[in-house]
Amino acid sequence: MVRSPQSPVLSIHGLIKDVGPLSSLDGKMLRVVSGVSLIAERGQVTALLGANGAGKTTTLECAQGLQKRSGGSISLLGQDPATAGAGLRSRVGVMLQDGGLPPSARPLPLLRHIAGLYARPWPLEDLVGRLGIDTFSRTSVRRLSGGQKQRLALAAALIGRPEVLFLDEPSAGLDPQSRQLVFDLIAELRDSGMGIILTTHLMDDAQRLADYVYIIDGGRNVAEGTVQELLQRSPVPDQGGEHVRTLVFEAPAGMDLAAVLDGVEVSEPRAGSYSVTGALTPGTSPHWPNGGKRRASCRPR
Amino acid sequence: MSSAAIPEMQQPASLVRRVLLQGKYEALTMLRNGEQLILAVVLPLLALVGLTVTPFLDGMGSSRINVAVPGILALCAMSTAFTGQGIATGFDRRYGVLRFLSTTPLGRGGLIAGKVLSVLAVLCIQVVVVGLAALALGWQPTAAGWLPGLALLALGAAAFTALGLLVAGTVRPEATLAITNLLWILLGAMGGIVIPAERLPAAAQAIVHFLPSGALGESMRAAFLGAP
Repeated sequence: MVRSPQSPVLSIHGLIKDVGPLSSLDGKMLRVVSGVSLIAERGQVTALLGANGAGKTTTLECAQGLQKRSGGSISLLGQDPATAGAGLRSRVGVMLQDGGLPPSARPLPLLRHIAGLYARPWPLEDLVGRLGIDTFSRTSVRRLSGGQKQRLALAAALIGRPEVLFLDEPSAGLDPQSRQLVFDLIAELRDSGMGIILTTHLMDDAQRLADYVYIIDGGRNVAEGTVQELLQRSPVPDQGGEHVRTLVFEAPAGMDLAAVLDGVEVSEPRAGSYSVTGALTPGTSPHWPNGGKRRASCRPR
Repeated sequence: MSSAAIPEMQQPASLVRRVLLQGKYEALTMLRNGEQLILAVVLPLLALVGLTVTPFLDGMGSSRINVAVPGILALCAMSTAFTGQGIATGFDRRYGVLRFLSTTPLGRGGLIAGKVLSVLAVLCIQVVVVGLAALALGWQPTAAGWLPGLALLALGAAAFTALGLLVAGTVRPEATLAITNLLWILLGAMGGIVIPAERLPAAAQAIVHFLPSGALGESMRAAFLGAP
């Protein structure tokens, strides 16, 4: 896919985020994002794929202006989210990982309230009908199922008809039916020109939704491309027990992993951390000369 | 896509509208909460009745009720601003509501302004309810007391809201619940808010003058009863 260089909705360059000082680190700062860069376009779904703790949510929250970055630059619709005002926030929809919904609230009054914050909100009945919220519109949030909460959080993110939509783990807690409903809506929004940025730890989600994927691990970019491109990097057809996967290994720095594993692409984004993409089984474990171990895996279907 | 097609460029509702909406939403949420209503209205009314049937305030003014009401109004401000907002904000923080609202056009500033507005709205209702009950019990407010009295009440509410948000932003919501309720009882009973400092044990008197509860209670009585 061609990544057109003109006016991305979001561009992040060399993002750095330190947290702390942490008592567990003798009062030192911990670098949770160290140099993530990405670009998200209008009319596309851009996915940040990675294991839990990879730095996806922190990256997103810096882009949303919820966290202050420690370094690097972010441009969201041409503005810096750290200093932008209500004008920018009205053009951006956010669905947080933990929902952000008050347990005592009821869906319909809550959505009506949030809609009032925008000049031209999405007509409430239409949005509520599309996401099937009308069946539980008067049940308090604390009584909703995980999938119902997730759909409500999505509605809250969409009520302002944003140009950019952030979804943090949108399929978490969704039953298969809700998942289909939500995925169909995301595809429709994408086709209508919305720029959508989502995080997921499931390659399956990325494969179904994403036009472009950034694989993040240890707070860094380790791979990127269209799903097709990421899959085509494998010389072996996707069948049997071996599938195209990206596995991340930790081992002594400077090892020649490509010599240990056949037919794979290896990169070492930082010393001692290897990203290996190719036809691998989940249990793939190279016979290291001096005892490295697999640290995390991102598993395509 | 139908009516929901991506618009030209979305804009926020006006700042005034956003803050008014948030104030209304928070005030209604507070009024629908049973425990908050007990703290905001029922307990102050009980304290009011209690002070008129007991001799605690005898000899301090023209009548027990005249001395009691300014302190009860101060107690109302502490209920809503400190304990009420503290607990509500503590749990909103836990559930990510504060973070979500920060991403909407409301933003952090609008959120705080909305909270201030909701406290003032609930306080107005408390003043009316307590005032009517007090009038029925024979309260004779001085006309000159209202202006400084209400201004002091708003100032006290602002200070107690800030303290409530400080607690809510610092500790877990369960701890906020415990701390703000405990302080409400301690400050209410011994903090110089409803019972004037000179009627408290000597040990309490010494510290009451340094407490926000003492400052609000004493100044409210000064406003409605004339300078002490």
